[in-house]
Amino acid sequence: MAIDLSLLPDGGISWADASGPDGHIVLSTRVRLARNLQGTAFTTRARDEDRERIFEEVVAAGRGTRSLGPDAAVFRLEELDRADRQLLYERHLISKELAALDAAGRVRPGSGLVLAGDVGVMVNEEDHLRLQSLYSGFALPRAYGALERLDRELGARLPFAFHPEFGYLTACPTNAGTGLRASVLIHLPALVLTKEIAKVLQGLSQVGLTFRGLYGEGSEVVGNFFQLSNQTTLGKSEEELLDHLGKIVRQVIAYEEQARQVLLRDAPSVIADKVWRAYGLLRYARSLSFEETMNLLSGVRLGVGLNLIPDLGVYTLNKLMIFSQPAHLAQLAGRPLADPDLAVARATFVRRLLEEDAGRSRSQAT
Amino acid sequence: MQCDHCGERPAAIHLTQIVNNSVTTLHLCEACAAEKGVQTSASVKNFPLSDFLASMGKGAAGNLPALAELSPCAFCGATLRDFREVGRLGCPHCYASFESHLRDLLRRLHGSSQHVGEVYLPPEAAGRSGERSELEELRDQLRRAVEAENFELAAELRDRIRVLDGH
Repeated sequence: MAIDLSLLPDGGISWADASGPDGHIVLSTRVRLARNLQGTAFTTRARDEDRERIFEEVVAAGRGTRSLGPDAAVFRLEELDRADRQLLYERHLISKELAALDAAGRVRPGSGLVLAGDVGVMVNEEDHLRLQSLYSGFALPRAYGALERLDRELGARLPFAFHPEFGYLTACPTNAGTGLRASVLIHLPALVLTKEIAKVLQGLSQVGLTFRGLYGEGSEVVGNFFQLSNQTTLGKSEEELLDHLGKIVRQVIAYEEQARQVLLRDAPSVIADKVWRAYGLLRYARSLSFEETMNLLSGVRLGVGLNLIPDLGVYTLNKLMIFSQPAHLAQLAGRPLADPDLAVARATFVRRLLEEDAGRSRSQAT
Repeated sequence: MQCDHCGERPAAIHLTQIVNNSVTTLHLCEACAAEKGVQTSASVKNFPLSDFLASMGKGAAGNLPALAELSPCAFCGATLRDFREVGRLGCPHCYASFESHLRDLLRRLHGSSQHVGEVYLPPEAAGRSGERSELEELRDQLRRAVEAENFELAAELRDRIRVLDGH
């Protein structure tokens, strides 16, 4: 079954529309809550029929909620081929584990995704339910607010496993308690260029936060994007965890802005050259790897942030990031792609979008 | 068995040697063995690998679950050993089955084992608590109405409380 992403009102990428607060530095904010059902083994130890039943129960419960409602998109991952699962993964809607993208990857029976707008539930990931919300920009209160409502609505329909001392019970004790992981996907090129980033990342671990790469747990840092998130989930209230993360992210944004000013002050011509070269390569290259694209986009994004490259929208850059991933390019081409075709298709797509964007700003100028 | 050399202390080292095609076995105490240059567990201690193995042994012993922990979770059958291997617990009941072990682990991971966040009310309790809080609210209103000598309102509130309270 091929996925029809038009089922999702915004194609599932409203989180990348750059409309949110601090959109020039923060790409998106994600909050997730880990929940499990009483009386059933956790996903990895459950039997196939248990997982199937859980999937049905979650879908049924979701229909009755206002957060998901009867029109939510429901994906049963077993019914999707690898390319479509990868598409959902590239849109940050499901985890790598759930998508079963590893070479020996077999989709776990009963695994699925229920999605409505900015909130959704991954079913039978490591925990029975992973409630998640994803918003554009730096929007912790908004993202948690939406999720809290979904949690309350689902919790009134499904019996969650909860312990008076340990809180919400999760398959991995690192998530127990609140089950809450909030993360902010933040672009820190100036801290990387000024070599201040190591200090910042070190500081994070000292204040109980952690960082990951573009795709979350276990992923590498690409294109100077870092996911900052809370490390612990127990012993602090949801508000305290969010408040703490929010304060630290606010500080990191200030550091990044400072570093950008230092770059502009101390090496204006070097920076201008760097960002325009990045733009030039993206605009005219005939073959691009994903990593190179991400690194060049990071340079261009910095240029846009510093007003060195005028008239280029951050949303265009976000779209380039998402659509230059392998499964998206394959979908666009209507066939599976492998290198060298993939790198050529990527360069063609990037070039076309940048040309369109430049054409738009020219016509606006005249 | 006494030491073949000093004949005083009990033999701890049993050294089998082949000399001129004949097998001889020497039973020595630790002190005499050391004197004769035979490596004993005491002398081997200076060798780094033995330190390493000793520390491994200690580690393994430290990791050996206490008797109570050897019994699997009554609900899902998972053991602490399973947990150590895969890093995931078997089911929600595992938290009760391995409570003391997990409490320690949670404290190490999070700095605390006491949840202070949202308190979950299961579906059936959520309904009851909704009524309870409405009841409490009405009782509060009744108390205020009596204090304000608004007896008409108080009577109405009293009737509503009776209905909710099941009298």
